[in-house]
Amino acid sequence: MRALVVIGAGASGMAAAISAHDSGVKDILIIERGPEMGGILTQCIHSGFGLHTFHEELTGPEYADRFQKEVLKRGIDVLLNTTVLEIDSHFIRYINSTGIYEEECQAIVLAMGSRERARGALNIPGERPAGIFSAGTAQHLMNLDGCRIGKKVVILGSGDIGLIMARRLTLEGSHVLAVVEIMPYSGGLKRNIVQCLEDFSIPLYLSHTITEIKGKKRVEGVAVSPVDENLQPLPDRSFDIPCDTLLLSVGLLPENELTKKAGAELSSTGGPVVDDSYETSLPGVFAAGNVLHIHDLVDYVSQEAEEAGRNAARYILSGECDEACIPVVPGHGVRYAVPQFISRTGKDALIKFRIAKPMRNAVISLISDGRIIKRMRKKVVSPGEMERVSVQKSLIDSELKLEVAENDET
Amino acid sequence: MMKRELVCIGCPLGCALQVEADGGKILSVSGNSCPKGDEYARQEVLAPKRTLTASVRTECGSKRCISVKTVPEIPKDKIFPVMEIIHTLSVRPPISIGDVIVHNITGTGSDLVATSAFPS
Ligand SMILES: Cc1cc2nc3c(=O)[nH]c(=O)nc-3n(C[C@H](O)[C@H](O)[C@H](O)COP(=O)(O)OP(=O)(O)OC[C@H]3O[C@@H](n4cnc5c(N)ncnc54)[C@H](O)[C@@H]3O)c2cc1C
Ligand code: SF4
Repeated sequence: MRALVVIGAGASGMAAAISAHDSGVKDILIIERGPEMGGILTQCIHSGFGLHTFHEELTGPEYADRFQKEVLKRGIDVLLNTTVLEIDSHFIRYINSTGIYEEECQAIVLAMGSRERARGALNIPGERPAGIFSAGTAQHLMNLDGCRIGKKVVILGSGDIGLIMARRLTLEGSHVLAVVEIMPYSGGLKRNIVQCLEDFSIPLYLSHTITEIKGKKRVEGVAVSPVDENLQPLPDRSFDIPCDTLLLSVGLLPENELTKKAGAELSSTGGPVVDDSYETSLPGVFAAGNVLHIHDLVDYVSQEAEEAGRNAARYILSGECDEACIPVVPGHGVRYAVPQFISRTGKDALIKFRIAKPMRNAVISLISDGRIIKRMRKKVVSPGEMERVSVQKSLIDSELKLEVAENDET
Repeated sequence: MMKRELVCIGCPLGCALQVEADGGKILSVSGNSCPKGDEYARQEVLAPKRTLTASVRTECGSKRCISVKTVPEIPKDKIFPVMEIIHTLSVRPPISIGDVIVHNITGTGSDLVATSAFPS
């Protein structure tokens, strides 16, 4: 029997394994579906990783390499090209080219990351022509396989992945005709708007969406419509953009098929419900990184996973399990909050949350049973950026609620 | 005299900056809420620089590409000339992270450096 199995060797899986090892659990196995460690980082060749952790700006592969070295230094077992098929209480079934295996373990860290929202989920009318890619698939094809994607490209979605791909395609000689965004603001960083779009004069259509994909065999163009304040397209103001390729960058979803089948309770983030030790509703099963909720900064993925790894080690070594009894409730202006429960153990809890819409002069309030226990002001908040707040547990009665409101008086 | 409007990329606040310049001299920067904005505006108007990242094809072996970046940053107007060189390159193993692939690429004074490894 293994002490700990970590599923996935992305930023989260590597950090969880390292910290569990450093907390005294040596018998660890990491199982990774891909041919190398690093997860999504291996295809993110742009720079912008690790400023908080290493105080320098690294590319994705460089950030992954630093953690991979730490994993190898500790002699932690890693199985590559191996996929976990099922978690059945504390048994893990996995498959690779040599067969199907089963491993019993004391604890599990879920670190499967995310997958992209598919086009089907968006219901754009049209045939199913060639030339439609999700942005992440396109990134993989270009950066790891050296493929060219298309000559004239339109991108739907202006989050960071869409912006970064607009630049990447332009550098490789494609003509990016437009980035189309349904919201009145971009979910991406200012820096990416400037350095990925403005540097190359790529137009950004805010409050617009794609209402039709034209072409039978290959994409021949898209119909773009402005939307009203309820995000409904205004078809009489629609216009066509001829193109041969459409990139869909419409968001990531936590990858939780395994989690669901294992019977863990899921939350509105698409990830499992966890307490502040990152334990799911299944005892001894922990989760961290994009599998739990989508992160924009890898540094916070690594920190969260370190915490999960440390708690998994504590569970293995002492059999201790905190009783998480205080619910964390996303209130007005808050889309979600993680963890969903906190325990009475320890002094402080770190709550991560996302805002529902961009605000200036925002006031963030932490409320326990109708009483404000903490208040913070921020000049700008945006749904594209995860917020973090630490709260002293002794101040909370039976429930913790988060609210965010715009404050006009500065 | 020239006036330029920029959005500061220093932090999520995204201050709207106004820059007045005359030839190669900055006369004034306004709109910034902190010194970082002033510094950014001067750099961006006088000599904008970028880190360029890309992939380079390999000649053989298990990997089709390795990733690269320019160290230090290159002038913004050198992005496409450097990309042209990158498109002509192909590399062989072994390559470690940090290996210089091209010294002083197109005379920018910057090196093209590997950011992923390609063991033999
Ligand atoms: C395109 C893009 C650009 C980004 N840019 C930045 C940036 O500039 N700066 C920054 O700080 N952050 C950035 N991020 C965010 C950050 O890099 C990610 O949030 C982080 O790397 C996610 O790590 P993870 O371990 O949670 O997930 P992943 O990296 O997705 O790792 C999950 C791993 O689990 C494996 N796996 C899944 N299911 C199974 C299974 N059943 N069996 C075995 N293995 C399995 C997968 O193969 C994968 O390797 C970016 C993210 C993306 C997607
Ligand atoms: S000027 Fe300062 S406060 Fe304003 S965006 Fe730039 S870094 Fe942020």
